[in-house]
Amino acid sequence: MDDTGHPARGRLELADLARLLSECAGDSEGIDMTDPVVLDQDWMDLNYDSISLIQTTSRIERDYGLQLDEEELGDADTPRRYLDMVNTALSARAGV
Amino acid sequence: MTAVVTGIGVAAPNGLGTDAWWQAVLRGESGIRPLTRFDASGYPSRLAGEVPGFVDEEHVPSRLLPQTDRVTRLSLAAAKEALDDAEVDPAALPQYTAGVVTAASSGGFEFGQRELQALWSKGSQYVSAYQSFAWFYAVNSGQISIRHGLRGASGVLVSEQAGGLDAVAQARRQLRKGARLVVAGGLDSALCPWGWAAHLAGGAMTTADDPAAAYLPFDERAKGHVVGEGGALLVLEDAGAARQRGARRVYGTVAGQASTFDADPAVPRLRAAAEQALAEAGIGPAYVDVVFADAAGEREADRAEAQALADLFGPRGVPVTAPKTMTGRLSAGGASLDLAAALLALRDQVVPPTTGTARPAADCPLDLVTGAPRPARLRTALVLARGRGGFNAAAVVRAAAA
Repeated sequence: MDDTGHPARGRLELADLARLLSECAGDSEGIDMTDPVVLDQDWMDLNYDSISLIQTTSRIERDYGLQLDEEELGDADTPRRYLDMVNTALSARAGV
Repeated sequence: MTAVVTGIGVAAPNGLGTDAWWQAVLRGESGIRPLTRFDASGYPSRLAGEVPGFVDEEHVPSRLLPQTDRVTRLSLAAAKEALDDAEVDPAALPQYTAGVVTAASSGGFEFGQRELQALWSKGSQYVSAYQSFAWFYAVNSGQISIRHGLRGASGVLVSEQAGGLDAVAQARRQLRKGARLVVAGGLDSALCPWGWAAHLAGGAMTTADDPAAAYLPFDERAKGHVVGEGGALLVLEDAGAARQRGARRVYGTVAGQASTFDADPAVPRLRAAAEQALAEAGIGPAYVDVVFADAAGEREADRAEAQALADLFGPRGVPVTAPKTMTGRLSAGGASLDLAAALLALRDQVVPPTTGTARPAADCPLDLVTGAPRPARLRTALVLARGRGGFNAAAVVRAAAA
């Protein structure tokens, strides 16, 4: 455990994100979110709207003890950009 | 403009789905039982009408599960059943000509309770982002609209029990303005501690524990009502539009509607609503073959309704029934379910029974259909509803060829 009381986790991978999206916002019919082809697709094309991302982000912030920047979140229009944003925040915290 | 009903969807405590519910109604089978959704043993009222056998995943896609309350899930199921029954794909109709109007009394109460509990016990970061809309009155209309591409004029009405009729009245206004199809009606569900507390505060719930003797409208033993969940949604279409698309089934016509308000509780205006609805339908009371009563289950309110009916039709002048004795009062769902019952009564030429009440009290001079269904030649039905706070509504439905 790290000092935030959360299990120490270094990186958020696509598989983790897929699971959290499923739990927080449900599954998109006919789309496999663990398939790397989704990485560069727009969230809207993956059938996840902004509120489903807010819900998932809030869960990640709780689980990982993070505070993510809302503006950056708005710019993260694909799973790859989203993961980059979260992982940058995670490594910035690890570097403290 | 003639508004016809071409599809029916039902979620009721004595049956999920139109056929299951209607067969249960004709058998006199009640859905009133001890409440199971939460531990109600410490509450003064412990009976409820719960929709049986509803498996969320069978009716609601995965993406909608995290963002929907029970009432929205029931509403989505009823809307789909109604549209399938009408054999219509609203998305295939001209853009903006199909809409949805629902009535609601409490919105997504159970969802709201869970998130408010999260807020106060754990903090704001634990509150679902979906709380932003999942507990609103309008959420059922919104989700049905998105799911079925109903992008025409839509809305929500809040007038408690009268809402199930008022929503249909609003749908008819939209048809008059040129809409081709409107999904209309109401469902409610608030069987959670927060919702229960609100219902109890109304002061009209029975504290009886025997399901068979708990909700006895027009009976001299009446001492309150049972609260249930569910309701019905109808597909209303302009008769011409329905004909044009080749609709295969028309249950009947909504020929007249009116709503009134009791500005002074001592001067009930239920009768005025009935008279105005009959006037719009262009018929007199003599043409009404059956009345679906509001059936409050409280002595004073029962007397007032019986008096209104006696004034209109003469004492025991028309068959009266209250199949809601088998479901409990469903808030906004009650009157739309009664509309569905009236349409099926016209179809099957049978008056469904009132259960519980064995015979009406002496001060309620009604020809109340009790015990068993009564076959009858039925062309026209009058549906009455009273919503807490002074709302009255009446609807006249007529058989398709009437």
